[in-house]
Amino acid sequence: MTEAILLTLKLAGLTTLILLLVGTPLAWWLARNRTWWKEIINALVALPLVLPPTVLGFYLLLVMSPQSALGGFLKQTFGITLPFTFEGLVVGSVIYSLPFVVQPIRNAFEAIGSAPMEVAATLRASPLDRFLTVALPLARPGFLSGAVLGFAHTVGEFGVVLMIGGNLPGETKVLSIAIYDHVESLEWSQAHILSGGMLAGSFLLIFAMMLIEKRWGRLHR
Amino acid sequence: MNRFLRSITTATALCLLTLNGQVQAAEVKAAVAANFTAAAKEITTEFERQSGHSVSLSFASTGKLYTQIVNGAPFDIFLSADSSRPQLLVEKGDAVPDSLFTYAVGQLVLWSADPALIDSEGRALKEKKLERLAIANPKTAPYGAAAIEALEALGVWSDYESTTVRGDSIAQTYQMAYTGAVPAALVARAQIALDSSGSSWLIPAELYSPIRQQAVLLAKGADNEAAKALIAYLKSDQARTIIERYGYGLE
Repeated sequence: MTEAILLTLKLAGLTTLILLLVGTPLAWWLARNRTWWKEIINALVALPLVLPPTVLGFYLLLVMSPQSALGGFLKQTFGITLPFTFEGLVVGSVIYSLPFVVQPIRNAFEAIGSAPMEVAATLRASPLDRFLTVALPLARPGFLSGAVLGFAHTVGEFGVVLMIGGNLPGETKVLSIAIYDHVESLEWSQAHILSGGMLAGSFLLIFAMMLIEKRWGRLHR
Repeated sequence: MNRFLRSITTATALCLLTLNGQVQAAEVKAAVAANFTAAAKEITTEFERQSGHSVSLSFASTGKLYTQIVNGAPFDIFLSADSSRPQLLVEKGDAVPDSLFTYAVGQLVLWSADPALIDSEGRALKEKKLERLAIANPKTAPYGAAAIEALEALGVWSDYESTTVRGDSIAQTYQMAYTGAVPAALVARAQIALDSSGSSWLIPAELYSPIRQQAVLLAKGADNEAAKALIAYLKSDQARTIIERYGYGLE
């Protein structure tokens, strides 16, 4: 049981970290760029919000399979097989939780507006300097909600994991799958322990996020 | 707007008419173990044609269907992949005792999408050459439990345990090997009976306890004429011929 919990935390933590690294430049670009095809990228990023996880799982399975072009290439050159491995789950989760991280950060960047950045520019701050010392600190609430939502959404992931996970204890058997397994095998006491823990944990996470946001809001005023 | 309203009224009337039509024909809701999917479809198509009744089939692993039935799912008959769960249902009063019978005896087979991977002796498995292996979840799928039994009997389970992925049902297990995501899987012979692609090895029957697949009339379907007729049809020569063609044994 602890194996499933630790695995889930590891998966969600790693996914959130990757999403913050990949999502920040993406969100910045989406918030600042004015090209017409920006909205196409925007729609692609938002796609996992509306797609059934089974659709995502199905295509991930096809793309990652060693018989496909990409899966075959990964296996030939790096010896990596993605389906039914922890690495595969990370890839799936990053795609699945992408909008939950990118959108709050993008909104935060947009809320800053161009004024503070222009002021910084007149004070001779380089573009990178402006981004790191002006934009990032001001967008802090967006990063917080992005990280929390991305983490929580990955913990709650089920459909995708069911299709590309393979229920391998210690590697792909995450909390949601463990609960499903217990319920389907009529082991309800274990299911209760895990589900109750999830309920309490999720509440605490959201509650803590709200408290921090409130405090930051007061500091800024 | 007026035309819009009229089309809604027409659509509703049509829906009601079709619903009414369905109520008049007797309907069976059958819970079917995933390994029997293809055979069940063929059998029920034939049954529907001959009897005029209609059948709705739900496929999942035996353990899942059992949980659903115990929790009040509206099924009339249960085609299990084992004999213990139907027996438990009888003991709990959820099934009709004298309706219990073995409709098929399942066989386990090692299958790979790669035509060259598995030879007629199953050497790749015995010599631990398979990087990964897929079996059905042994907790909910009898074929998964049989697979572990067979691997233990071959003395290779300890080698494969950490690299064996578990499918949600025997159907997903087959799919894992079919897509090539896993080099080989232990599946039901029925799943590959009508398909000569890939390579396979029929696991010797003495390596695992017989998979006696039993059917039972559930308490909810005890008074359903169509359900009783389907149970009777499953025992007919016609149905047995289909079952045998899918690679099952009969008792």
